[in-house]
Amino acid sequence: MIWAAVLATSAGCYLLKLAGLSVPERVLASPRVRTAALLLPIALLAALTAVQSFGHGQGLSLDARAAGLGFAVVALLLRAPFLVVVVGAAAVAAGLRALG
Amino acid sequence: MSDPIPWEQRRRAVARNAAGVGVAVGTYGVSFGALSTTSGLSVTQTCALSVLAFTGGSQFALVGVLGAGGSALSGTLTALLLGSRNALYGLRLAPILQVRGVRRVFAAQLVIDETTAMAIGQDDEQASRLAFWATGLAVFSLWNLATLLGAVGATALGDPKKLGLDAAVGAAFLGLLWPRLKGRVAWVTALVAAATALALSPLLAPGVPVLVAGVVAVTLMFRLSGAGEAGGAT
Repeated sequence: MIWAAVLATSAGCYLLKLAGLSVPERVLASPRVRTAALLLPIALLAALTAVQSFGHGQGLSLDARAAGLGFAVVALLLRAPFLVVVVGAAAVAAGLRALG
Repeated sequence: MSDPIPWEQRRRAVARNAAGVGVAVGTYGVSFGALSTTSGLSVTQTCALSVLAFTGGSQFALVGVLGAGGSALSGTLTALLLGSRNALYGLRLAPILQVRGVRRVFAAQLVIDETTAMAIGQDDEQASRLAFWATGLAVFSLWNLATLLGAVGATALGDPKKLGLDAAVGAAFLGLLWPRLKGRVAWVTALVAAATALALSPLLAPGVPVLVAGVVAVTLMFRLSGAGEAGGAT
């Protein structure tokens, strides 16, 4: 099943790119489509951030991941590079778990 | 409007910037490789995704949904919705690149956030084309190399939860979201989507709340803004 998802995602993502280079501009030029293309990544990434940080199977949980996310917010506000944000969040969560 | 800077000098500046973007994106690639293998993908599957899909946001989305127990279908749909912006980038780039046949087949794979930003940031079409190809090749090489390093490294590290790697996934999505949070419309969209996804989590199968939240938030923003001109306000 994982391979199916990997290959379907790959094929779909490539076709979306190729379509952009190939179709006449008027097909996708409406302001509605442009706005959706601008807002959809924001909505999906925000939803993914929330679920990955507070979701737990089919429920919610407030655990060490929330502290990791808190670190990420502070690091991003301080304009830290991506790797610092990600590794730091992991380190904060791991540290909290090690403390019990 | 004559340009006082000679082409040779501008050419080198574009190449230098392209290499810089490649190195910066490489750090995302290491994170992606590590998080992908801890989400249950093999090193081969992880590397295949970086070569074939080659669009970071969608790749993070797929492995994030799969890692959280979501189905292959909801993971794929989330990844494709996130990747749909590349079609808009392609529209923007088509008149600049003027590629046909085999060149278009290769150019298409390089249509991503970074190459689009670099190409449309130049003063003329010659520099734009160079920026597109140089950034595309730099990012493609380093993204895939970094993915391999991250994937192999993470499989050697051991228990992902003890290392806090599950917390790193949320941080990675926030890091991808952050530069897009410009203006009131963007913030409201993000908050509505996050709240909707959390509210639906106890009700729907893992992976589905993210998809529904994405569609609900964008639809709501259309309703609030009337004719769909919200994009201009960001």
